[in-house]
Amino acid sequence: MDEKPSKSLLYLDGVSVSFDGFKALNSLSFVVDPGELRAIIGPNGAGKTTMMDIITGKTRPDTGQVFFNGDIDLTKRDEAEIAQLGIGRKFQKPTVFESHTVWDNIELALNRNRGVFSTLFYRLSPTDKARIEEILETVRMTARKDDLAANLSHGQKQWLEIGMLLAQEPKLLLVDEPVAGMTDAETAETAILLKEIAKTRSVVVVEHDMGFIRDLGVKVTCLAEGSVLAEGSIDFVSNDPKVIENYLGR
Amino acid sequence: MYRAIQTFLVALCLLVSCLATGLRAQEDIRPLVDALGAGGFPQKIEAVGALAASGDAKVAEILQNLSDGKLYAPKTGGAVYLEGPDAGSYVDVLTGMAVADVPGNLAKIRLNNGLRGAIGAALSQLTLLSPDRAARLAASQDLLKDANPDNLELLNSALAKEQDAEIKATMEAARAVIMLKTDASAEDKKAAIDMIAARGNRDALAILTAAMDNAPDDLKPAIQTNIDSINRSLAVWDVFQNIWYGLSLGSVLLLAAIGLAITFGVMGIINMAHGEMVMLGAYTTYVVQQTINTVAPGMSDYSLVFAVPAAFVFTGLVGIAIERSVIRWLYGRPLETLLATWGISLILQQAIRTIFGPTNRQVDNPSWMSGVFEIGGLSSTWNRLWIILFSLSVFVALLLLLKRSKFGLQMRAVTQNRRMASSMGIRTPWVDALTFGLGSGIAGMAGVALSQIDNVSPDLGQSYIIDSFMVVVFGGVGNLWGTLVGAFSLGIANKFLEPYAGAVLGKIIILILIILFIQRRPRGLFALKGRAIEQ
Amino acid sequence: MIAQMLFSRHEKKTVWAIGLILLVAALVPLSNLLIPDGNFLHVPDHLVPLLGKYLCYALLALALDLVWGYCGILSLGHGAFFALGGYAMGMYLMRQIGDRGVYANPLLPDFMVFLNWNELPWYWYGFNHFAFAALMVFLVPGILAFVFGWFAFRSRVTGVYLSIITQAMTYALLLAFFRNEMGFGGNNGLTDFKEILGYNVQASGTRATLFAATAIALALALLLSSAIVRSKYGKVLVGVRDAESRTRFLGYRVENMKLFIFTVSAMMAGVAGALYVPQVGIINPGEFAPANSIEVVIWTAVGGRGTLIGPIIGAVLVNFGKSIFTAAFPEFWLFALGALFVATTLFLPKGVVGTVQQYLARRQEQKKADAIEKAYQEKASAKPDAALATLEPQAAE
Repeated sequence: MDEKPSKSLLYLDGVSVSFDGFKALNSLSFVVDPGELRAIIGPNGAGKTTMMDIITGKTRPDTGQVFFNGDIDLTKRDEAEIAQLGIGRKFQKPTVFESHTVWDNIELALNRNRGVFSTLFYRLSPTDKARIEEILETVRMTARKDDLAANLSHGQKQWLEIGMLLAQEPKLLLVDEPVAGMTDAETAETAILLKEIAKTRSVVVVEHDMGFIRDLGVKVTCLAEGSVLAEGSIDFVSNDPKVIENYLGR
Repeated sequence: MYRAIQTFLVALCLLVSCLATGLRAQEDIRPLVDALGAGGFPQKIEAVGALAASGDAKVAEILQNLSDGKLYAPKTGGAVYLEGPDAGSYVDVLTGMAVADVPGNLAKIRLNNGLRGAIGAALSQLTLLSPDRAARLAASQDLLKDANPDNLELLNSALAKEQDAEIKATMEAARAVIMLKTDASAEDKKAAIDMIAARGNRDALAILTAAMDNAPDDLKPAIQTNIDSINRSLAVWDVFQNIWYGLSLGSVLLLAAIGLAITFGVMGIINMAHGEMVMLGAYTTYVVQQTINTVAPGMSDYSLVFAVPAAFVFTGLVGIAIERSVIRWLYGRPLETLLATWGISLILQQAIRTIFGPTNRQVDNPSWMSGVFEIGGLSSTWNRLWIILFSLSVFVALLLLLKRSKFGLQMRAVTQNRRMASSMGIRTPWVDALTFGLGSGIAGMAGVALSQIDNVSPDLGQSYIIDSFMVVVFGGVGNLWGTLVGAFSLGIANKFLEPYAGAVLGKIIILILIILFIQRRPRGLFALKGRAIEQ
Repeated sequence: MIAQMLFSRHEKKTVWAIGLILLVAALVPLSNLLIPDGNFLHVPDHLVPLLGKYLCYALLALALDLVWGYCGILSLGHGAFFALGGYAMGMYLMRQIGDRGVYANPLLPDFMVFLNWNELPWYWYGFNHFAFAALMVFLVPGILAFVFGWFAFRSRVTGVYLSIITQAMTYALLLAFFRNEMGFGGNNGLTDFKEILGYNVQASGTRATLFAATAIALALALLLSSAIVRSKYGKVLVGVRDAESRTRFLGYRVENMKLFIFTVSAMMAGVAGALYVPQVGIINPGEFAPANSIEVVIWTAVGGRGTLIGPIIGAVLVNFGKSIFTAAFPEFWLFALGALFVATTLFLPKGVVGTVQQYLARRQEQKKADAIEKAYQEKASAKPDAALATLEPQAAE
C-alpha cells in the first residue's frame, strides 16, 4: 500500500475477481507509466477484458488495489467518473453511435462538461469546431463527417471509435483488439496511429495479432489464468517457456 | 275361571291404561304444540324449549315441520295445524289425520333467526340419541357450541350410550363446558377445564375466555394457564397455516410462472400472451369436462386426468403456431416480442369471448378434490394439496426434461450459442418452436389447475401475467430453481402480510418490495454473474 | 438561454406541425362556436371533447416517445403518470362542486360523505385552488417518476426488466386507487364535475376552450421535445439508446440523463391527463390499468417512435379507428387492435412516419448516388484517375 509508486499512471496490485467460482483475475499486479505504450497478450479467458472492466469501473474487484495517477482509488468510482478522470476505453467490438453522424459522434465524445443541463444548453463553439475538425483529420474521416456511423465499414468504425477516444482527451487509453477484422494495410496504419497517440498519453493495447505487436515494438505483458505470466520485450516474452506452453505453443 | 277372568281383566286394564297413557301423553303435549302458534317470538322460543323438554317422540318431527314452515295457526292463537298433502288442506299435527273444519284465519307460523336457532338447538338435543352417526356428531357439536346446562342430563345419558370415540370426545367437551356453567364442585370444574384445554383449538380458547369472566377466583389461574398455552400452540399452528396457505398460493404462482421461466428465462421472449395460454388451458379443461359428461358420464370424476394432457398438447400447439408465425421474426428484439405477444393476447381473449361468451364457465371439482382435511390445528381443502403436488411434479418433470433429455440438451445448446448449435447439426428453428411450445404447454397445464380454484373466464390470464413476471424476475431469469424459490417465497410473504395489511394492500406491498428488490439486484435472487450474461 | 434553446434548431417539419396544431387549436373551437349547426364546416358539440381526447392521447404518446423512441426506455407505466395528472385535476374539480353534490356537504366530496368520513384527508387540502392543482399536475407525476427513476436507473435496471417493473408500478397504483380507504373515490373514481375556473364544464364554450388549451399544450410540448432532442443532450439520449456503455465510458452519467427525460416525460403525461379529465368528465382507477399503458406504446409504435410527429399521428389515427370500430363492430375492436400490434412490430417497425422518412432518405441517397455516377461517367470520359478520386470516400465501404 505504502510503496505504491506515485510516478505510475496506473497501478494494480493483487487484484482478484471471480464469477460464480470462476477466477477471472487471480492476484493480478500491473503498472503502467505515464506516456507508456503497453501491449497485453494472452489466451482467451486470461482475464484481459476483465482487467479492463476493473480499470474502467464496470466490474468491482473482490480484493486488491487499483490506483490511477498515483492516489486516485478507481475501485470506488463508477464508469462515468473514471472516464471523466481521463481513462478512455475502446471495446473489442467497435461501438459507436450508429444513428448519429460521424461529426456528432466526435462532438459527443469531446471532453466538455457532461451534465444534463450543460448538454441541454450546449452550443458548438469555434474552438470545439476546430478541435472536432482536427480529430476528424487525424483519424482520416473528414470526408465522411456527415455520414451516419451505421454506414461505415468495420475498420472505419474502429477508427471513428479511436477518434472519439482522442476527443475525450484521456491520460490513459485502453484499446481492446483494435485490429480485429482489419486488412493488413489498415493494421499497419493503426499501429502508426497508436504510436502517434502514445506520444502524448499512455496506451494499453490488448491484441492477439503478434505481427501487430511486433510493429508496435513496445513492452509486452502476457496474461494467463488471471495473472501475469511474463513481462518484457516481445522477443523476451515470446521466448519464455511458460508463455510458449500457455499461449504461443498452442 | 275366576283366575282367568281376573287375568283377563288385569290385562284389559293394563291395555286400557297403556292406551290411556299414550293418548294422555299425546294430549299432554298438545297445549305445548298449540303454544307454538301464540304470542311473539320470545314466547315461541319458550314454547320450543318446553316442547323439547317434554321428551315426546313426535317432538323432533313437529319441530322440523315448524322449521320448514309447514305449521299454521290462527293469528289470534289457538290450535296449530300441519299443512296437508293438497294445497289448502290441513292435518292434525300429532295424528296426521285430515282435519276438515279449520278456522278461516290460519296463517303460516313465522320464524326469525332467534326462533330458528332455538329450533336447531332443540333438534340437536333430540338427535343426540339418533342412530345415525353423522346426526349424532352434528348434534354433539351443536351442543358444544350451545352448552345449555338444561341439557346436562340428556347429555349424560347420551354419553353413557355413545360408542364412537370422536362423538364421545365432543360430548365430553360439551359436558365439560356445561359443568363450568353449573355450580359443580371445584374439582369437577378443574377437570372440566383440563378437558376443554385438551382440545386446544380456537373453540376451546373461546370457551375458556368466556368462562374466565364468571369463574370463581381460585379457578382463574388454572384457566389463565390453559388459555396461555392454547394461545401459544395456536400461534404455532397459525404460522404453519400461513405457510401452508403461502405454499398453496406459491404453487399457483409457480404453475403460472414456470412456463414463463422457459419462454422468458431461457429464450428471452417477453410472452405477454402467456396468461392467455393459461386461460386456454382452463377452457380446454372445460371442453374436456363437457365432452366427458356427455360421452361417458361415469368418468366425469376423472376428467381432469384427461384434461391435463389435452391442455398441454392444445396450448403447446397454439404456442408453436405463434412462434412460427410471429415470434421467430423477432428474436433478439425482446421489446418487440412484448408488443406482438400483447397483440396476440388481445386476439386470443376476444376469440374465446366470441366462442364461449364473456361469462364465467363452470368447471366442476371432482369429488377427490373437494372437501377439507385437518392435520392438528391446520385445515386445508383437498384441492390445495393436489395443486401443490401437481405444481411440484410439473416442476420436477420439467427439470428432468431440461437436464436429462436430448431435447433439453439441444435447447440449452441453442440458448447458449445459437450458431454453434446450428453448425453442430441441431435444427435451431425447431428447437425454438418446440421450446416455445413447451413453455406454452406448461401454461396450459397450469390452466387446468387454475380452473379448479378460479373463475374460468376470458380474463383469467390477465390476472396472472404480472404476478408470473414478478416471480420469474424475482427468482432470477434463466434459473428454474430461482422460479421455484421465487414463487414460494412470494406466496408465503403474501400470506403473512395479509392478516396485517389485508389482501389488496398486502399485494401492493409485495409489488413495491419486488420493485425495490429488482433495483437492488437487477438480475434476481439467483442471478448468473459474469461476462456472458451482459451480452 | 432557455429561449435560445427553445426556439433554435428546429426541423422544418416540426415547425410545420406546430403551426398546424395551432391552426387546429383555433379552427375547431371557432367552427364549433361561430358556424351555425347544419353547416358543412360546423364541428358538432359532441365532437369537440372527442377531438380533445385524441389530442390528450397524442400528448401522452409524445411523452412516451421521448423516453422510448429517444432514450430506449420502454415504459409500460406511462398511463400511471397520465392518471395521476388526471386525479390531481379531478380533485380540483371535485372541490369545485362544493355543496352542489348529492349530500350537499360544502367541504367533503360525496363519496367521502358516503363512507362516513368526517373530515377532508390532508392530501386533499389546497386542491380548491386551481394554481395549486395545476402545480400538482406537474409535481405528482414528476416526483413519482423522479423517485422511481432514481432507484431504477442508478441500479441499472434496463430493457425488459425496467418495462416489467414500470408495469408493476402502475398495477400497484391500480390496486391502491381501487381501495376506498385511499380517499380517491375507490372504484367509481372522481366524477359529476360542475365547474372549472367558474365555467360550467358541460358548456360548449368551456369545451371549446379546453380543446384549444389541449392543442396549445400539445404544440408547446412538441416545441419543447424538439428543442430537447435536437440539443446535444438529445444526442446523448440517442447515444444511450444505441450504445449505453459507450456513453458511460465517454463520461456521461447515464442515470442522470435518463432520470431527467423520464421526469420531464412523466410531467408531460400528467398534463395530458389533467386536460383529459375535464373533457371526458371522469377519472377512475381503470386509467391505471396496465393494458392502457401498453396501448399508448402501440400508438407510438404505429406512428413511428424516435420521430416527434409519429406518436401524434399514431395516437390520433389509432383512437380515431377505435371510435369508428367500437361504434360499428364492437366485437372486433380487440381483434383489430391485436392485429395492429402484431402487424406493426412485424411489418412496420419504424411506424408510419419512420417508414416514410426512410423512403424519402433512400430516394435522396439514390439521387446523390446517381449524381456521383453521372459525374464519374463525365470525368471518366475525360480523365479516369480523377474520377476514381472523386468516388473514393463513398466507395471505401
